[in-house]
Amino acid sequence: MAVQGENRPAWIGLTRVVIQRVLSALLTLFLVSIVIFIAASLLPGDAAQEVLGQSATPQQVAALRHEMGLDQPAITRYVDWLVAMLSGDPGRSYIADMEVSDLIGERLRNSLTLAGVTALVSSVLALTIGIVSAINRGSKLDRTLNVVTLSLVAVPEFLIATIFVLIFSVKLVWLPSIAMVSPDASWGDMLRSMALPVLCLTFVVTAQMARLTRAAVADQLDRPYVEMARLKGVPFRRIILFHVLPNAAGPVLNAMALSLSYLMGGAIIIETIFSFPGLASLMVNAVTSRDMPLLQSCAMIFCTAYLVLILIADVVAILANPRLRS
Amino acid sequence: MTVEALPLSRRGFVSGLAGASMLAIGACSGGSGRRAPSTRGAIRVATQLSSTSDTLDPAKGATATDYTRHFMLYNGLTTIEDESLVATPSLALSIDSDDRRNWYFDLRRGIRFHDGSELTSEDVVFSLLRHKDPATGSKVATVAEQFEEVTADGKYGVRLRLTGPNADLLTVLSQSHFLIVQAGKADPDGTGTGPFRLSDFQPGVRTVVLRNAEYWIEGRPKLERVEVIGIPDEVSRVNALLSGDVHIINAISPHSTRRIEAEPSCAIMVSPSSLYSDLIMRQDELPTGNPHFVLAVKNLIDRPLINRAIYRNMSTIANDQPIAPFQKYFNAEIPQRMLDLDKARWHVRQGGLQGVRLPIYATAAANGSVDMASIIQEYGSQVGLNFAVNRVPADGYWSTHWMKHPMTFGDTNPRPTADLIFSLFYDSKADWNESAWKNERFDKLLVEARGATDEGLRAEMYGEMQQLVHDKCGLAIPVFISLIDGYDKRLKGLRPIPLGGLMGYRFAEHVWWED
Repeated sequence: MAVQGENRPAWIGLTRVVIQRVLSALLTLFLVSIVIFIAASLLPGDAAQEVLGQSATPQQVAALRHEMGLDQPAITRYVDWLVAMLSGDPGRSYIADMEVSDLIGERLRNSLTLAGVTALVSSVLALTIGIVSAINRGSKLDRTLNVVTLSLVAVPEFLIATIFVLIFSVKLVWLPSIAMVSPDASWGDMLRSMALPVLCLTFVVTAQMARLTRAAVADQLDRPYVEMARLKGVPFRRIILFHVLPNAAGPVLNAMALSLSYLMGGAIIIETIFSFPGLASLMVNAVTSRDMPLLQSCAMIFCTAYLVLILIADVVAILANPRLRS
Repeated sequence: MTVEALPLSRRGFVSGLAGASMLAIGACSGGSGRRAPSTRGAIRVATQLSSTSDTLDPAKGATATDYTRHFMLYNGLTTIEDESLVATPSLALSIDSDDRRNWYFDLRRGIRFHDGSELTSEDVVFSLLRHKDPATGSKVATVAEQFEEVTADGKYGVRLRLTGPNADLLTVLSQSHFLIVQAGKADPDGTGTGPFRLSDFQPGVRTVVLRNAEYWIEGRPKLERVEVIGIPDEVSRVNALLSGDVHIINAISPHSTRRIEAEPSCAIMVSPSSLYSDLIMRQDELPTGNPHFVLAVKNLIDRPLINRAIYRNMSTIANDQPIAPFQKYFNAEIPQRMLDLDKARWHVRQGGLQGVRLPIYATAAANGSVDMASIIQEYGSQVGLNFAVNRVPADGYWSTHWMKHPMTFGDTNPRPTADLIFSLFYDSKADWNESAWKNERFDKLLVEARGATDEGLRAEMYGEMQQLVHDKCGLAIPVFISLIDGYDKRLKGLRPIPLGGLMGYRFAEHVWWED
């Protein structure tokens, strides 16, 4: 078995894995779209009622339903949406009466920027904390880092966010309490207005990633090969960077992928507190207004982001670890 | 009846001078600790709701955010500018009617839309008639049903015939829904005649407007730029004001007012309003249809306690009828109903209602209703009525629960006239006759009062209608809820107008910035 694996170039196996994963991802997306559609149909009320609000008469609702095409059977609406989606058209929002792609455009960019900056800051931080505390296991430093990360995992983000706003915005007046990113803002302005949301998200995400990194690295440090390498006189820095880290990459990258996919859709609380115009609040908006085309598109984006991140994590883990390549 | 326009130009000129000098002073003084707006007179407003349903179409306006946006971009035929709540001509120069059924509007000459085209009778006719088209999805389609015929009479004259006389028409037309849009635009894009021009509009994110230098009222507006954003979370909204990121916010909970008052650079503005959350007792179901039940519950409500505990004494005690003390035609003769457990017990015994078990549906969608329901539950247990408080989600409340169980809560926004309140919510044929009560005398008075030309007689009729609702209608109205706004003290010229928060949503045209 091992011999076979070594005879084949690594990329063939890898390509097969990627193709399989992409196919199953498409299936997952399809199933998710059905689930979302059914779940949203089960909610009381529809877009027409939500638009007209409390004050609508039945005639008005019926007229608007017809206008929106909501009087069609559910299956017809779903198939119409699916066919349009496959040809690359996410449809038109019932509520805003705009193309879904226009509504999502800027918000997607905002969400990606927020997630990207946070990912950058938190990965570096988490890897450092995780490795440092794994190396110094049992020391005072490790125990301190443990307590800090554990308490950060336990503190809900709305609390962290509120405390930060009170300190940095209300008392010190250093940073804005709302993260309104306007398209014409300079990079400096944008980073300044995103500072607090990024800080809060970093706290939440870093803690989890650091805990998992520490566990994975510590686990590897206990293996006989590390002891062997040390006995052979390999410098400790080299052992960590070239031996331990590639082996620990699998679980660490998976943890990072999970945390980062959380940054896309799970940032809803942070988006709400800082009025950040991101995708998560748009999706919540779509649910409350029963705006099916918008809701479906948001769900597809989140699901795709999640699947892509997990796929990237797996591919990198395979590349980093020769034993996984077969 | 003839209503003449006020000579606005001279007054406007004077206040314009004042405004300009303020701006000049502002420019000279140095910046203080809190962040000031970057451009002179550029402010940011945060309202409690902003979503993809934000609209530029006045007919579809549904939230304070929408009304505020529409009043910045468009004008109405009439307007209400102060606390007297009297509608005065705006785009109309004069308005005539002999019988209050046939109305003639003479439009101001030379008023231009933001794109340079002139306002004519055609635009007005279009704007009024589009409410009757179901495809418009107008929020006031039911009100617009009374427009029997709207025709242009020359370039600047508009004739409006109603299905019946209505003395309140001018007040009705001053609402944001009836603002005037350009003819032929089924989806208005913000091109109006209003004090600001639209610069950027993204539903659910922001609205940016810039001063309309050619605004037809001289000296207005005084602000250069207004940005409206939504911050749905109340605590975040207050924080944004305290940190100087926004300069005026609306819909503050009474419990946050202390935080704002503690900050020397900020202040609150309490606007009394006729907004109320009402306990609905359906008259077509039992036991709520039993008149003794209704009276027992009405006597169970500790109004001062509700005012104190839920609203920090910032609401107005109500008397189970929808006309607030500061509104026209309020009947002060009706004795105030107070907590009276003996009377409630008597009604429970008379109605054979001892030991009745019933759920009250309360929700965050109806302001304060969960707490009110708990208070009523507590006193109910003392007179032998066992209520359970069913707290249900705000999402979907209006379509799934409201009026669908014997006891639910409603939440009624302020309406500008007694006629509108009564016809929308108390007429026995109204869609939102919440308690399904029927009173022939009331229905008769409602129609008669619309056409009554004698003010004294009208007041008497509305007075009697309030008495009828107070005595017989299946609605308990504990308090009128005041609207609380918070603002940066450098924003001048704000004063409460009891039509809604933010000076009846019209503040942008009137206020100015002073460092």
